[in-house]
Amino acid sequence: MNVALFVPCYVDQLYPHVAIAALGLLEALGITVAVPEGAACCGQPPANAGFERRAEHTLGAFVSTYAPYDRVVVLSGSCAVHVRSHAGSLGAAGAQVAERTTELCAFLHDEVGLDAVASLGASFPRRVAVHVGCHALRGLGLARPTELQGPRFDKVRALLGTVQGLTFAELSRPDECCGFGGTFAVAEPAISAKMGRDRLRDYDAHDAEAVVSTDVSCLMHLGGLAARGGVRLPMLHVAEVLWSEERRANSEESERVRSSLLAPRSSLGGPS
Amino acid sequence: MTKRAFELPVLHEPHRADGAVDHAKAAARFTADEARTDWHDGALWWVRAKRDLAAASLDEWEALRELASSIKEHTLSRLDEYLVEFEAAATRNGVTVHWARDADEHNRIVHGILAERGATRLVKSKSMLTEECGLNPYLQARGIEVIDTDLGERIVQLRGEAPSHIVLPAIHLKKEEVGDTFHDHLGTPAGLADPTALTQAAREHLRAKFLAADAALTGVNFAIAETGGLVVCTNEGNADLGMALAPVHVASLGIEKLIPRASDLGVFLRLLTRSATGQPVTVYSSHVHRPRAGQALHVVLVDNGRSTQLAREGFWRSLKCIRCGACMNTCPIYRRSGGHSYGSTVPGPIGSVLTPGLDLERYASLPFASTLCGSCTAVCPVKIDLDAQLYRWRQLVTAAGHASTGKAIAMRGAGLVLARPWLVRALGAAARGAMRVVPRRVMRVAAGAWGRARDLPPAPPQSFRAWYRANRSDRS
Repeated sequence: MNVALFVPCYVDQLYPHVAIAALGLLEALGITVAVPEGAACCGQPPANAGFERRAEHTLGAFVSTYAPYDRVVVLSGSCAVHVRSHAGSLGAAGAQVAERTTELCAFLHDEVGLDAVASLGASFPRRVAVHVGCHALRGLGLARPTELQGPRFDKVRALLGTVQGLTFAELSRPDECCGFGGTFAVAEPAISAKMGRDRLRDYDAHDAEAVVSTDVSCLMHLGGLAARGGVRLPMLHVAEVLWSEERRANSEESERVRSSLLAPRSSLGGPS
Repeated sequence: MTKRAFELPVLHEPHRADGAVDHAKAAARFTADEARTDWHDGALWWVRAKRDLAAASLDEWEALRELASSIKEHTLSRLDEYLVEFEAAATRNGVTVHWARDADEHNRIVHGILAERGATRLVKSKSMLTEECGLNPYLQARGIEVIDTDLGERIVQLRGEAPSHIVLPAIHLKKEEVGDTFHDHLGTPAGLADPTALTQAAREHLRAKFLAADAALTGVNFAIAETGGLVVCTNEGNADLGMALAPVHVASLGIEKLIPRASDLGVFLRLLTRSATGQPVTVYSSHVHRPRAGQALHVVLVDNGRSTQLAREGFWRSLKCIRCGACMNTCPIYRRSGGHSYGSTVPGPIGSVLTPGLDLERYASLPFASTLCGSCTAVCPVKIDLDAQLYRWRQLVTAAGHASTGKAIAMRGAGLVLARPWLVRALGAAARGAMRVVPRRVMRVAAGAWGRARDLPPAPPQSFRAWYRANRSDRS
């Protein structure tokens, strides 16, 4: 299987260590991953702001870049949902890319399997609050949202359940939106910030020692609020937890990876 | 009656006729009182939690939602036929059926019915449709006393406010504020805030109004095409009291309230109150088929934009709504901005998909009052794709040129830049460079609305792409 990784624009620029962890993780699982050039964005931000037309070129570039691959693993639930929901409007090639597009955790859970992920031997001895992004949750079905009835499942928790020492903080509102919402964060700054602060309070009330999410965009918002409020709460993408420090230490590239990680993580209050 | 300062229309600003609703501004005002915002959010979250328990009590919950959605979609697809069938059955039952194209026609018809009888005292049970039509001021201007008899509606009516929620109209008020209002208008002792005592005062006040009324108006939850029957759901019995006592009963009915058969009703009654408040069923589910001996029963079927919405490919499913309010209770924005911030009769997610169709320019900000988190769609008992419809309205708002200029320009720029990966990277590199050298305080200002409450992440020394080129050069 011909697998490509899509690293969203803001992850590429501001959170390179997350993409490095995702790549390291997939490679450690024996998957050959391409990260093709040619698409920096899926077009979601302008489309959700009401400029879908203008975002068509961006989504078109995504489609043509990823058309040659059997699987497009997106490092963001939100971007994955955008491609899956809208690429089909760009014709047959778009529809095929839409169908082949998935998100990292969904790919790991559904196609790689928990046994393989567990074999990585990740360790993260902390109580974590899990934040499944709303689009990953309700758009991709990574977990059963609390509104819906039926057997409970949570693919993200299942993945994190393979990590040694990791325990879960049980939150009052396990799937309340964090308030990022793309341009919502700047169009409705008062409510957006209030929603995020309320999530931080929920984490604090349940003694969370880290927040782990499917979506770095949510973490950028939550992390920004935490930093402003002087709250030291590490915020990590699932890939960073699964591709643990221990594994990194054994990796050939440990030094190079570590140097990339150092700058961004330390001032967010990351694990020391 | 005295008017207190707090009754002046602070919360009414979005309603002003002289400008578009600015949800973000109204929401910022609401959240400025953080303790009150937490209280409002908590009260509605409590209702949502009760709904979750009620939904979980039925193994067939999801099947019921699917069935209700299918019945409504079927009905809407043949609404013309079902409306005619309803009219024929109701007429056979001795009901006078009227058709109103819009709010104004509805108001004129209702006034005509009252004027013909010389009725001057109308008791109303909760009807969002008459709020939508602006019936109260219309009748009051013509010398008719209109008393809202639902407790919450009566409270906001005394205060000169609009309901802030379609099921819980006074959810934005604390019991102390209700006590003040009753003190001013009903003469309860100053400082009385005990809910039981206040409710008793309202009962006594309303009982006199019920007895004196010469006409009653009710809304309708479901109208059955097969039988011509009306179903009215209340918790307080006020609709029953009104229509049982008054010599004239007018039922105002939005045309989307039809269901085909009496046997379909159970599906909706099981969903409605569980979704609305977490109760298994409303205290009163009243069935009306024909007038009592000596009573006149009128039904006014109201379109007021509904047939236009029905013709909109991406939006007609919004007419499935059974007005349970669950999308408001679950909406993280509604809970923290209050119903008045929407400036529309129906607030929250469903209001934000129904109202722009009435006046796109005026309500242009409402489809943007959402993170598109999708909780509304998942909670909706008739499976309206609310978040998808909000997304679609956003496209129409910007196409019509109603997006705020700053955002429009920023997004036009973003569209140009994002389609060009090299440009994204170049600009990103420049920004990252700036972020490393510029003092944090300056960055906060530069980051605009983002920086008011949040820090930007620390800028890493290189992008992932740069790292990848250096470390995986064999593959790129």
